[in-house]
Amino acid sequence: MKGQILPLTMVISGSEVTLISIVGGRGLRARLTDMGLNKGMKLKVLHSHRPGPCIILVGNTRLVLGYGMAQKILVKEI
Amino acid sequence: MSKKLTIALAGNPNSGKTTIFNNLTGARQHVGNYPGVTVEKKEGILKYKDYEINVVDLPGTYSLTAYSLDEIVARNFVIEEKPDVIIDIIDTFNLERNLYLATQFMELGVRLILAFNMHDLAEKHGLNIDRDKLSELLGTPIIFTVATKKKGMIELLDEIIKLAERKTKLEKTAIDYGEEIQEELTKLEDILSKDNNLIQKYPSRWLAVKVLENDSEVIKRITESSYSDDILGQVEKSSHHLENVFGDTPEAIIADRRYGFISGACSESVKKTYEMRHTISDKIDKVLINRILGLPIFLGLMWLVFQFTFKLSEPLMGWVEITQEWLGNLFGSMLPEGSAIQSLVIDGIIGGVGAVLIFVPIIFLLFLAMAVLEDSGYMARAAFIMDKLMHKIGLHGRSFIPILLGFGCNLPAIMATRTIEDRKDRFVTILVNPFISCGARLPVYALFIGAFFSQKVAGNVLFSLYLLGIMIAIIMAKIFRRFLFKGPAAPFVMELPPYRIPTIRGLFIHMWERGRVYLKKAGTIIFAGCVLVWFLSNFPWSPTYSKDYDTLLKQAQGNEERIVQLENKKAFEKMEKSFAGSLGRTIAPVFKPLGLDNWKLSVGLFGGFIAKEIVVGTLGTLHSVGEADEESQSLRRALQKEKRPDGSKMYSPLVAYALMVFVLLYIPCVATIAVIKRETNSWRWPIFTAFYTTAVAWIVAFIVYQGGKLLGLGI
Repeated sequence: MKGQILPLTMVISGSEVTLISIVGGRGLRARLTDMGLNKGMKLKVLHSHRPGPCIILVGNTRLVLGYGMAQKILVKEI
Repeated sequence: MSKKLTIALAGNPNSGKTTIFNNLTGARQHVGNYPGVTVEKKEGILKYKDYEINVVDLPGTYSLTAYSLDEIVARNFVIEEKPDVIIDIIDTFNLERNLYLATQFMELGVRLILAFNMHDLAEKHGLNIDRDKLSELLGTPIIFTVATKKKGMIELLDEIIKLAERKTKLEKTAIDYGEEIQEELTKLEDILSKDNNLIQKYPSRWLAVKVLENDSEVIKRITESSYSDDILGQVEKSSHHLENVFGDTPEAIIADRRYGFISGACSESVKKTYEMRHTISDKIDKVLINRILGLPIFLGLMWLVFQFTFKLSEPLMGWVEITQEWLGNLFGSMLPEGSAIQSLVIDGIIGGVGAVLIFVPIIFLLFLAMAVLEDSGYMARAAFIMDKLMHKIGLHGRSFIPILLGFGCNLPAIMATRTIEDRKDRFVTILVNPFISCGARLPVYALFIGAFFSQKVAGNVLFSLYLLGIMIAIIMAKIFRRFLFKGPAAPFVMELPPYRIPTIRGLFIHMWERGRVYLKKAGTIIFAGCVLVWFLSNFPWSPTYSKDYDTLLKQAQGNEERIVQLENKKAFEKMEKSFAGSLGRTIAPVFKPLGLDNWKLSVGLFGGFIAKEIVVGTLGTLHSVGEADEESQSLRRALQKEKRPDGSKMYSPLVAYALMVFVLLYIPCVATIAVIKRETNSWRWPIFTAFYTTAVAWIVAFIVYQGGKLLGLGI
């Protein structure tokens, strides 16, 4: 699965990924950017409770993302 | 004469902003609202050297976009009130994301100080910051602080004064957006400068960035400008050009450049000696948000919160009642017996104050417990655990706790909705909360279940009522989400703060803040409501009685039983002839389709507006059994014997059930209404709640009664 681009919801707990893009409206993108998510950043998926929210680690921040939101975040496994 | 300064505290949620605010201002705080919105505004005064400094705590935000109310409020305050200095509190652990907000203050051209909070921990975890270098790169003074240990506060204050007196020698730096964007920004700035009004109020550079970012508030402001066509034309051209060049929206590129600027500055001045991880938080999370253990642990903690609050508040509430009684006796003996003034003081005023104070123990204890959950970092985990379930109702995990608290008391439950960020979610949670059966409704159920249901089914009947309340709340939440608060569910992103041990001082400040709001804002409305109901049920003061009770009472001297009987009859007749009594008679027919057309009941339900448990007491008076509680056998017997005008029995199990359903769902008590007013900052929603809940109650009780009759159940 390495190198493949997939939505964040498909990633299993414990994997590290690079953020490729956020598909979605301006509001959604702005909100995620404000909270520290930007293209090219490295994230680690800490918990993934499909079809519930997931927890990711960006820098030193843990973020909870709702399922719908996580679906709109495209990442690449490292 | 001391010189005056206004400073504003800004920063991300969880950055320690509140702690710094508390450190600076101590107990001299004032909580209000920003004009026209429900966002809370905290202010405090502090004296330092020869300055009197007014500290304003801005809402915690991640950014200054126009997407959230908090952010608009924060930036409008900065633009319109022009505070002398802004302190942006930075969580040093999350340097880059926290500096993102700082870049936006820099664009606003304000006098800014960055307070790098929790600096000791960050250093311990291997983060080495070259302060002078970073300060120069960012063009703002930086102060290292440790809010929990009150370190760095004096340095911060000195820097504030230095900056206010313009003694700081730092070149402001501008973020380099790159040539392409820079060119478009210059073009926009040129056109924007034509409008003098605009330029006087806002920095032109900031405006240019904001219009490129398609900021709805700024665009709205610009459409009012006489040069709006020129400006918006150029915005379109520039955006189009940039999208062609970069293949992305201008706002995405601008955000990217800001992050680029930050990481550029940090790479030159911040060294990470080793990788940081909150290992302790991770270990705790392994258990607390575990797939299997998470939910039971959460429910267990909630159970503890309930036990703590309600068990501990019980004796305290007892004291309130005793004090109330003692005061009543004291004033009763001082004032003429049986006079209107005596009744006003005892039942109206002392009763009204008592109705306010009775909630104080519950509210303070509950918010103390909530503060522990919030400050320790657990609350965010709870929202995570409940999100999946709440999502099915169209709400988020954050809404679960207020709904759960409603089982204790709707009042603190509605106040607890403040942790819900999204306005729509918050309002829906507030509006459906009254359907969650609070503790005060229990006496009514106990009375009627005891009178009309066998011991065997009693538990099931009670449980069905609670369940019905939950179901109605879910249905209404779905309906509101669909029609009243339309739009897609707000994106659910939330920061999970690292676990921290709460400070006692912080806990008490949080508890006091909420408690004070209740006393000040809701208290007055509750008191007024109580006095109003007292008036309606006691006036006209001396109605013409059917019998001459005074003479009869004199004749009955010595015969205790007879005296009690006469006094009960007199009280009954007085209430029957009061305004409340006539109101009861007038509205009784409305309840005919529910099988509840009994004027005594109507008066009782009316009294339930003060507090639901008052229904029991009022019914006691109206059935001439004197003072009664839910265990009163004489009241139960009187209810069982109560007849309709045609001679048939008033209550059957079905009628009793329809009544309990109505009590469960109808207009929330005056205290709840008062809190809804306070929390939504308008009369619109409490009035709406009063009417819609009563309508829902009528409809559901109608279905229960008529349906039951058709099926021949419990007649």
